[in-house]
Amino acid sequence: MGNITVKEVGKAYKNYPTRFGRLIEWISPVKTIRHHKTWVLDGISFSVKPGEALGIIGINGAGKSTLLKIITGTVRPTQGTVSLEGRVAALLELGMGFHPDFTGRQNAFMSGQLLGLTTNDIERLMPEIEAFAEIGDYIDRPVRVYSSGMQMRLAFSVATAVRPDILIVDEALSVGDSYFQHKSFDRIKKFRSEGTTLLLVSHDKAAIQTICDRAILLNAGKIHMEGAPDVIMDSYNALLAEKSGEITLKQEATDEGKVKTTSGNGAAIIKDISLIKRNGEKIEVVNIGDAVTLKVNVNIVKDIDELVLGYVIKDRLGLAVYGTNTHHLGKKLTSLKAGDRVIFCLDFNMNIGEGHYSISVALHDRDTHVNNNYEWRDLALMFNVLSGGKPISVGTSWLPTEVEINHER
Amino acid sequence: MKDIFLSLYRYRGFIAGSVLRDFQTRYKTSMLGALWLVIQPLAMILVYTLVFSQVMRARLPGGGGVYDYSIYLCIGIITWGLFAEIVGRGQNVFIESAALIKKLSFPRICLPVIVMLTASLNFLIIFSIFLVFLIINGSFHFLSVINIIPLLIIQVLFAIGLGISLGVINVFFRDIGQFVGILLQFWFWFTPIVYVMSTLPEWAQEILKYNPMATLVDNYQRIIIHQEGINWPEMMPVVIVTICLCLLGIYLFKRHAADMVDEL
Repeated sequence: MGNITVKEVGKAYKNYPTRFGRLIEWISPVKTIRHHKTWVLDGISFSVKPGEALGIIGINGAGKSTLLKIITGTVRPTQGTVSLEGRVAALLELGMGFHPDFTGRQNAFMSGQLLGLTTNDIERLMPEIEAFAEIGDYIDRPVRVYSSGMQMRLAFSVATAVRPDILIVDEALSVGDSYFQHKSFDRIKKFRSEGTTLLLVSHDKAAIQTICDRAILLNAGKIHMEGAPDVIMDSYNALLAEKSGEITLKQEATDEGKVKTTSGNGAAIIKDISLIKRNGEKIEVVNIGDAVTLKVNVNIVKDIDELVLGYVIKDRLGLAVYGTNTHHLGKKLTSLKAGDRVIFCLDFNMNIGEGHYSISVALHDRDTHVNNNYEWRDLALMFNVLSGGKPISVGTSWLPTEVEINHER
Repeated sequence: MKDIFLSLYRYRGFIAGSVLRDFQTRYKTSMLGALWLVIQPLAMILVYTLVFSQVMRARLPGGGGVYDYSIYLCIGIITWGLFAEIVGRGQNVFIESAALIKKLSFPRICLPVIVMLTASLNFLIIFSIFLVFLIINGSFHFLSVINIIPLLIIQVLFAIGLGISLGVINVFFRDIGQFVGILLQFWFWFTPIVYVMSTLPEWAQEILKYNPMATLVDNYQRIIIHQEGINWPEMMPVVIVTICLCLLGIYLFKRHAADMVDEL
């Protein structure tokens, strides 16, 4: 019980170039093929032993959701086989099938039935479901008056009312407050210790590393790598860095094609922007505290009186972590002629916390970009900061701390 | 075939719950509640009786009682209603439940079965009110009611066979949905519900023989109004068509059910 075996699974969606293609395929007496296939998953093979926990990670569009849907049986694979042993519970779409006009209790019965439980089973489990969901009197009120967190709680409680042999969890779990997140993670951990096989999809590094024994990195529909969670997490970050490099390249291509996707009057334009190490190597992944140089090549198109370069580092949510410009730094550049080239090198230490960041840059005169904005480029560069062996910390700041403890008895 | 019935049995709780819920949603938030289930068919019967028997003084050809035409009309309309509801909802059931189908793994054959059961239950409510109406004006005959039961079963199977077939095709060719609405309108008027078969010219009667619904409705009318028995020789082609449609429905469903998810 609890084995998951995925063998050579592939999924292709049919694409019909014309509307009548399918009709011709259906009614034609001889076999004709009028479609071409788009493969979203290809040659996926892995197996999970009873009681093991496997994490699946990958950037958006890598095929994680499709893979989970194939494993749960919602979507049929185009090729290959999936075999599951034992009772499966999938926490993919919590609250699916909840009807707003019915009470929580009625909906709990409905979704229990949809999971294949009998009415008697649910009646027996109901007190426990109510207790775990902790929604109090709301259980007998219509679901439309529930908050989304309450719906999540109830749905999770029903879905995990019986310990399954295989539990499949999608990111859906990250809904709900941190109290309930902890509570649900505790329940998942308890199931694991009792022998439930776990399949977890998440972007949350901590979740994968604390719960999973093994992880798989999916990329473009294929298994990119399989191994220990921390190793996989590192290559996932590397993959992200690669991806953001691509984006900058694309933006440059559009600039050269004279399609201005950036704002500004174009009196001075950014030719190239890169983050480099002291030894001159371009990088997208930095360790905390590393000395780096932000190098910006600028071409002057029209004669201008003054040129200032501003930059701001933003976190994943777009909040400014740090930003300044050459005006404030006291490096004034005046009387520039068309055809001049300027290379800015801004040296600083990456004293910010672990995470994914972006840099936006702007060329303008005087102290802010509202005055004569030459070029403004959002998300000009993306990079990741890794701990690099530094003590574990949270937040976007890096405050190296010396500890001195006086312990008296 | 066997696995279909097996999965229906395993998910009986879900099916029963869904049918019940369908009825509950209809009156859940209204003040009169379940009473509306009764008021609507009652209003229909009253309107037809008042308008046709009293105001227009319509009579069936060849005499008969004052209420005969309104009985004729009612039996045709409520049985047609059962048919139209199953076909109309059946052709749309997979598209309507797209969200559920795409995200949860459960036997999809439950969905048309739920439609069939809901429509049948709805029909039973309307039909019992109709029976009360028959008792009140003295046209109730126990044997007639027994006689129409096998016909109703054939009709429901005919409708669900057609409904599943159209429902599966509709997922892949959405034109079906538009087409069925028009088809049902034409079909209604090609069935002797409002008019009487014998008033049509010979050639038209000949054509209507190929309409299974015309045969069914004609039988209901003769059983209820003239207390005749089932005309089995006439019914044989209908039974054959019903079996073919059910087999076609199961074939289409088995062949394309798994691909439906990709198209929804």
